[in-house]
Amino acid sequence: MIRSDILKNLIPVISNEFVVCNIGLPSQELHMLDDQPTNFYMLGTMGLSSSIGLGLALVQKQTVIAIDGDGSVLTNFGTLPTIANNVADNFILFIVDNGSYGSTGDQPTYAGKKTSLSKVAEACGCENVIECQASEAADVMKSAIASRKMTIIVCKCESGNIKVPVITMDPVVIRDRFMRELSARSAG
Amino acid sequence: MSVNDRIVADFVKNKIELVTTVPCKQLAGVIEKIDQSPDIYHIPSNKEDEGMGICAGAFMGGKRSAIIMQNTAIGVTVNTLVTLTQYYRMPLPMLISYRGELGEPVACQVEMAVHTKALLAQLHIPTYHFHKEQDADELDAILNHCFMCNKPVAILTDASFWKGY
Repeated sequence: MIRSDILKNLIPVISNEFVVCNIGLPSQELHMLDDQPTNFYMLGTMGLSSSIGLGLALVQKQTVIAIDGDGSVLTNFGTLPTIANNVADNFILFIVDNGSYGSTGDQPTYAGKKTSLSKVAEACGCENVIECQASEAADVMKSAIASRKMTIIVCKCESGNIKVPVITMDPVVIRDRFMRELSARSAG
Repeated sequence: MSVNDRIVADFVKNKIELVTTVPCKQLAGVIEKIDQSPDIYHIPSNKEDEGMGICAGAFMGGKRSAIIMQNTAIGVTVNTLVTLTQYYRMPLPMLISYRGELGEPVACQVEMAVHTKALLAQLHIPTYHFHKEQDADELDAILNHCFMCNKPVAILTDASFWKGY
């Protein structure tokens, strides 16, 4: 299974949740498969999906899922100690670990070699770290949402991409509709 | 009231509830006050772009935030300022120690100081320079301005403002 297969399986579970989605193909795939006001698509700034998700989770009560990639976590490794030491139980970091920089042509990452992101997350102090296979992603995500405990999921899968259009939506529109939806649900 | 207390009081007055910091010797006092403030959630960052991501998330969650960092961070965060903070039109007060100005003992700091204002100007970031303690009288208005226009705003604070190193 590749990332787009995982996203397809996750959609029934996360479609109604607030999702911060990683730059490039992950956002483009999610946008094509299930565009929702609850999705925040990153159009720039590789590596910050987990940081944006953490900031969002810390200041309000709705569940926040940050969809990240192994390459992006490697880019912003400092995020894991920050997450570990600032626990937000409404936060789930879901790392698609396909061992490659998918959006730039599947160049291999160190996470696909000797480096274990789940072990790094644990060493950083993250308490609920689950490494799973692609086929288990939806069930693991369902349990993580239900647990109301901050959870880091490292989902191992194969590298590979499907053809997807770029996102042409204006960034301010993406951000504004996301904020309006969050505000409406938080008031309700 | 000490200048550090005044800065924190203006943050609180402007409803800033989350502050992320990457330390600098000059900022040690204000970071300590931020950490002690019952009105502010202090979240230290490991790198300034990470902190800007956290601030972006906090803004989308409906809370005002700010970052405290050294001017070297402008070099680190150009891409984040442009493709996250500015591209999505988000406010971000940046309280910045302006290292490398008069009185600086570390020569290397001057290398970044000479680029700091030029970079901020190139990025079209409204920039204010606190040189004397009374310059901090404008902080309240600067923060108000930042949240009014949804832009990153830089407040450079030099060694004279902090009364030496």
